[in-house]
Amino acid sequence: MNPDASTIAAGAPIEVDLAPIAEGQDIKVFWRGKPIYISHRTKKQIDEARSVPVSSLPDPATDQSRVKEGHDQWLVVIGICTHLGCIPIAHEGNYDGFFCPCHGSQYDSSGRIRQGPAPANLPVPPYQFVSDNKIQIG
Amino acid sequence: MSGPSDFQPTNPVIKWIERRLPIFGLVHSSFVAYPTPRNLNYWWTFGAILSLMLGVQILTGIILAMHYTPNADLAFRSVELLVRDVNYGWLLRNMHAAGASMFFFAVYIHMFRGLYYGSYKEPREVLWILGVIIYLLMMATGFMGYVLPWGQMSFWGATVITNLFSAIPYVGDSIVTLLWGGYSVGNPTLNRFFSLHYLLPFLIAGVVVLHVWALHVAGQNNPAGVEVKTEKDTVAFTPYATIKDMFGVSCFLIFYAWFIFYMPNYLGDADNYIPANPGVTPAHIVPEWYYLPFYAILRSIPNKLAGVIAMFSAIVVLAFLPWLDSAKTRSSKYRPLAKQFFWIFVVVCVLLGYLGAQPPEGIYVIAGRILTVCYFAYFLILLPLLSRIETPRLLPNSIADDVLAKYGKKVASIVVAFVVAGGLIAGSAQNARADEEVTPPSQSWSFSGPFGKYDRGSLQRGLKIYKEVCSNCHGLSYIAFRNLADVGGPGYSVAQAAAFASDYKIKDGPNDSGDMFDRPGRPADYFPSPFPNEQAARAANGGGLPPDLSLIAKARSYERGFPKFIFDFFTQFQEQGPNYVSAILQGYEKKPAGVSLPEGTYYNKYFPGHAIKMPQPLTNGQVTFDDGSPATLPQYAHDIATFLMWAAEPQMEARKHLGLQVFVFLILFAGLMYFTKKKVWADAH
Repeated sequence: MNPDASTIAAGAPIEVDLAPIAEGQDIKVFWRGKPIYISHRTKKQIDEARSVPVSSLPDPATDQSRVKEGHDQWLVVIGICTHLGCIPIAHEGNYDGFFCPCHGSQYDSSGRIRQGPAPANLPVPPYQFVSDNKIQIG
Repeated sequence: MSGPSDFQPTNPVIKWIERRLPIFGLVHSSFVAYPTPRNLNYWWTFGAILSLMLGVQILTGIILAMHYTPNADLAFRSVELLVRDVNYGWLLRNMHAAGASMFFFAVYIHMFRGLYYGSYKEPREVLWILGVIIYLLMMATGFMGYVLPWGQMSFWGATVITNLFSAIPYVGDSIVTLLWGGYSVGNPTLNRFFSLHYLLPFLIAGVVVLHVWALHVAGQNNPAGVEVKTEKDTVAFTPYATIKDMFGVSCFLIFYAWFIFYMPNYLGDADNYIPANPGVTPAHIVPEWYYLPFYAILRSIPNKLAGVIAMFSAIVVLAFLPWLDSAKTRSSKYRPLAKQFFWIFVVVCVLLGYLGAQPPEGIYVIAGRILTVCYFAYFLILLPLLSRIETPRLLPNSIADDVLAKYGKKVASIVVAFVVAGGLIAGSAQNARADEEVTPPSQSWSFSGPFGKYDRGSLQRGLKIYKEVCSNCHGLSYIAFRNLADVGGPGYSVAQAAAFASDYKIKDGPNDSGDMFDRPGRPADYFPSPFPNEQAARAANGGGLPPDLSLIAKARSYERGFPKFIFDFFTQFQEQGPNYVSAILQGYEKKPAGVSLPEGTYYNKYFPGHAIKMPQPLTNGQVTFDDGSPATLPQYAHDIATFLMWAAEPQMEARKHLGLQVFVFLILFAGLMYFTKKKVWADAH
């Protein structure tokens, strides 16, 4: 009763072209049935994310650990709230990050939980840069 | 089995069968000659009502399963086409959906009866535990059943509840993957839920057999809580209990019929008329009303795993009741302290149910926590304590004595408590849409009320408006051209509907060369959508997706607030959808100062958030009518809302017509049953 072969195949890695995404814009792609936000962050967002003392976070993690080195402007997170699974809205909330309308969890511009009932940061899916403007998720 | 085996058939056929498989004797000893305490009140009819509801659900479910398609791309449409095209499909669907609620309503009364009268005490512990197992199976069945229509609430309810299992350490994620059959709720999930939803009711039936067997070994409890001592204490099941059950059942059926025929969507959520969209979460995810108290308990605990444990414990604690409450006196009738705390417990459950539908903010969170503590305190602290310190009142010597003693307890207060409870819970499921928004004004509609009908002229004008204006962006894909000639619709003839269809170009094919081609529409075709796919629709509309309008009048609603939602149940108010549609069309206003609108949106007074992507579609004079009706915006709004209500429910007139016949029948039947019961019981009181 575990996922069958075609389901697993449909979950094979996908490639996403980042060139059309302007600075400050984000897109949503689906992989393995889950929505994935790809954000082209502005310098302001990156600085805001990095200036927060990590120990004050409910789920401590540095911004650097959540992005790929040399590609700091790209944030790739799974858009599923870690509380009860709703899809947060991008570019909303007090931290210019994500806001989940179901129970009010707020994530920052690095996808880390800042306030609300969600216990953990938005998970980062496995991905790598195949070129400067293309990533492979999965 | 208990009961006298005095079955002596005279019929030779029955004697032949009886010798080989004594089934007639079994039925006779269990349901005819079976000695029943003579002081049972109507709270004891709910066992029969539950058996009936299980049978109704299985029967309607099996027939529905003949027309339903358990595939994520096809499920929603299969349910809608079932409702529209299958003979009495609307009736089957309403019976099954309302039936689930009635099933739970009856089971909660049945369980509260058990709580109050101590029916779980020795020697009925196993009977009680079997009941808890049935209840758990019912909850699983109901949950999976709600997922099947694959609406927004189906999908997201499934997502939230299956995610709960990820809280279990070590094996949690594997369990969730097993439940999903994939990496998220999707087609494999729907398929396996359908399989299990079909299976579980038969498991329930099996456990019910054990439940009735366990009951018949111990004999029924009774309101005095005093065991049967002599023959004077009992009457034969048939005709005494049978006729009393028949009367109870017929009253229950009247209540059930009210939902089926007159308020089919009262207990549901408008969001479930929107097809499931994995990319959009509804603003308020609310389970069906019968899960609300447990949902409230789940959300009260800030820790994910602890919340899940608390929620399941709230059900499992019931199984331990015979040992938590060790008082020797069974019935709360003779336990003055326990009786008061019982009613407080009922209020706690009702309030938890109300909270389960509210957004988990502010005072609701605090209240939820206090009430969760109260709920568990009742079982874990209060009942054990009372069994040690309470002095019960003097019990009657026997059931016969109890019957001869004076009745006259305040039944009214119990009735009031249940009505308030039921109303609050039922209405709170609607209250989930708590917005600060402006409420659309209530208009008068020709189709409202028990005798409402669609105004044919209004439907025809609405169709004209749709065809000339709305169809440029919005599809109507559940309406076929032949529906225009259906009874209870706009009233066109078959020829007119065919002519209307032939105006349209429908894509068909492939032809023998393998190409797709256009041909004139036929009555069997559905209204074509203006865009071939979602992406084309979004590209043409600035990124917004104009929704298909077939179900819009049932997919939109707004909160009515307390106490309106209670009165609505009796006045049959269910026109939130048309009120909303009409209000939106007339709600375009100049943007107030100080309000900023995102680019590409327009200010609308009634649209939640006030920023709507659709520009004002209708203005005065835009559409002219042949029948001389005024070409004004309010007229358009009224007519298009009426037309869309028909599009959402073409069978409404048939539903109300049959409803009237059923009600007349049921009221006469209940009356007959009542007088028959009185006659049968005349010598027993």
